[in-house]
Amino acid sequence: MNKIWLIIKREYLVRVRKKSFLVMTILGPLLLASIMIIPTYLANQNQEKRIIAISYENSDITNQLIDSEYINFSFVPKLEAENLKTDFFDSKFYALLECNNDTFFLTSNQQISINVKSEIESQLAKILEHHKLKEAGIDLKVLENAKTTIKLSTKIINEKGMSSNSKTEIIMGIGFVSGVLVYMFIFMYGTMVMRGVIEEKTNRVIEVIISSVKPFQLMIGKIFGVALVGLTQFILWIILTIIISSLAEVLFLNNNFNSDLNAQQSSVILSEISNINQYLNLEAIFFSFLFYFIVGYLMYSALFSSIGSAVDAEADTQQFILPITIPLIISFILIQPIMENPDGPLAFWMSMIPFTSPIIMMVRIPFGVNSWEIICSMIILIFSFIFFTWIASKIYRVGILMYGKKATFKDLYKWINYKE
Amino acid sequence: MDNYIFQGKDIVKKFGNYIALDNVNISVPKGSIFGLLGPNGAGKTTLMRIINQITAPDSGTLIFDGSKLERKHISKIGYLPEERGLYKKMKVGEQVLYLAQLKGMSYIDALNKSKYWFEKLNIINWWDKKIESLSKGMAQKIQFIVTVVHEPILLIFDEPFSGFDPINASIIRQEILELSKKGTTIIFSTHRMESVEEICNHIALINNSKTILQGSIQNIKEKYTKNDYEIMVKKGDLKNNESFTVKNKEKNKYLISIHQEEKYKSILSNILQENEIVAFNKKYPTVEEIFINAVKNE
Repeated sequence: MNKIWLIIKREYLVRVRKKSFLVMTILGPLLLASIMIIPTYLANQNQEKRIIAISYENSDITNQLIDSEYINFSFVPKLEAENLKTDFFDSKFYALLECNNDTFFLTSNQQISINVKSEIESQLAKILEHHKLKEAGIDLKVLENAKTTIKLSTKIINEKGMSSNSKTEIIMGIGFVSGVLVYMFIFMYGTMVMRGVIEEKTNRVIEVIISSVKPFQLMIGKIFGVALVGLTQFILWIILTIIISSLAEVLFLNNNFNSDLNAQQSSVILSEISNINQYLNLEAIFFSFLFYFIVGYLMYSALFSSIGSAVDAEADTQQFILPITIPLIISFILIQPIMENPDGPLAFWMSMIPFTSPIIMMVRIPFGVNSWEIICSMIILIFSFIFFTWIASKIYRVGILMYGKKATFKDLYKWINYKE
Repeated sequence: MDNYIFQGKDIVKKFGNYIALDNVNISVPKGSIFGLLGPNGAGKTTLMRIINQITAPDSGTLIFDGSKLERKHISKIGYLPEERGLYKKMKVGEQVLYLAQLKGMSYIDALNKSKYWFEKLNIINWWDKKIESLSKGMAQKIQFIVTVVHEPILLIFDEPFSGFDPINASIIRQEILELSKKGTTIIFSTHRMESVEEICNHIALINNSKTILQGSIQNIKEKYTKNDYEIMVKKGDLKNNESFTVKNKEKNKYLISIHQEEKYKSILSNILQENEIVAFNKKYPTVEEIFINAVKNE
């Protein structure tokens, strides 16, 4: 036990001290924060008003165009409109709108922004629509009254018979994010374990070490050491993301936001968040996330380490890695369909199969899954973890001492059956 | 029984259909420098791995220092494998400490002993360097320290001198001999027969998964000797006669084969009648000759 602890310590410290760990730890949250902030930031930057020139001639339709938040329409004589086409740079105009029967042209000396284009399109469409309705003798007021909006509010009845508001979007968000995080964690750190095993083999340090400790101790020590690296990075990411995004919000956004709207929006968001607890069991989600996050990783990394032991170089891992990564990739692809039907048979079976359950179950849990299903899936996962670690350690102890010959699946099977 | 640090009886090890060790018996006397010889693929490395408990035999008894070989004994064995290496990105000192602790030393002990060895080999200024910045020969010195730092009572070296330049090889040889004087038993396998001749006092020869020869070098040489004598005379000319054959001649130095061992005194007096003998001694076969002979006769 003492020796496993030494190994865990070394595996952990070596990786945490690397520059790449530091870089990833800082870049990760920056990336995440920028994904969240940049779109809002950019959307709030385009406040500059654009003036669109309209030639007088086409006034019967175009004069119904209404100035919007960022577009002003301005009518110009035909001659000036013609001049504009050759000389946009000195004018105050952004673009020129022309109309020829039902065909419209928007001319500019620069790429026309998608916002401007779609705003004009939708206004024109509305105007033409009204014209046609009038011609057909339909009273616009009647039509206006006939328009109905429905807001469907969904409720869930829980076991105690209490109903609560459900917020499908938030549930989907939580399910998606936790599923993707489990996927990323298994992939990144599973392959990190594999590279560590290959490194020891190519360095030839392996035989020195297993003359001191059992191969199994080394394998377990490495897996847990890397798991701690992953957890450390994950926790640092969360902390840094919170710090960076709140800093960024204070620095960039508040100045630009329409303050009334912002206050209103954020109060809505805040009340939503405080309400989550009423319809989601956050503690249970968090606990099961940690469980699938860790046990799923442990099972996969045992398999990854046995692959690492069977090859001489990372380039040779392809043939063995494929069968392991396929279930991971399939679960990743199926996240979307599972979210649309979280209680279907596909969702059920994929959350029982240990290779897919860590991801799929995490996607489903926020939607509410029977506790027996969760317990069953967890038990299967634990037993598969033990089973595959046992198998992997048998491949590992033989593989690490094999050099030169390229192993096949048949070889791996033989190694499993070797006596110690 | 207690005179042996390690005894293996009827060791069998198979890998699938391949038999790596076939009823191998081996006894390593305490305090000896034991040469484990044999052609490539004979099973030497497998045997060494078995002593180090890296692999277990399919059958056979293993006795270490009077009791059954167990897991706890690994702290008393030091192993320098043929395929060796260290973590490239780790600092030298840290690495030695880590591997010493894996052998069961406490941190303080490991620190003191490593410092002792670094100073002894005059490399204390390498402590904070990374292995990748050292040359191959330098790394080998570190590897040697890793093998001996936990003060094992049995040291196993697989080709210890490969990768060393002559100067460093002789430093390491000195250290090995010094350890031997302090009572450490040393097993080492090598293809370089001259180093066996130089430092081993016991050998075992493994060929085709079997031990075909073992014992003290002196006994084995006696056994393989062929009544060959080296004789140096003042004036030339020794010719074949009924009592001996001249095998080789170099100036006035002859290698003769005496047909009947017990007659060497009369042969000598015969020669002395006409000639003057400068030197006369029994010619023992070299380990290399024994090795080649034994493997051929298998």
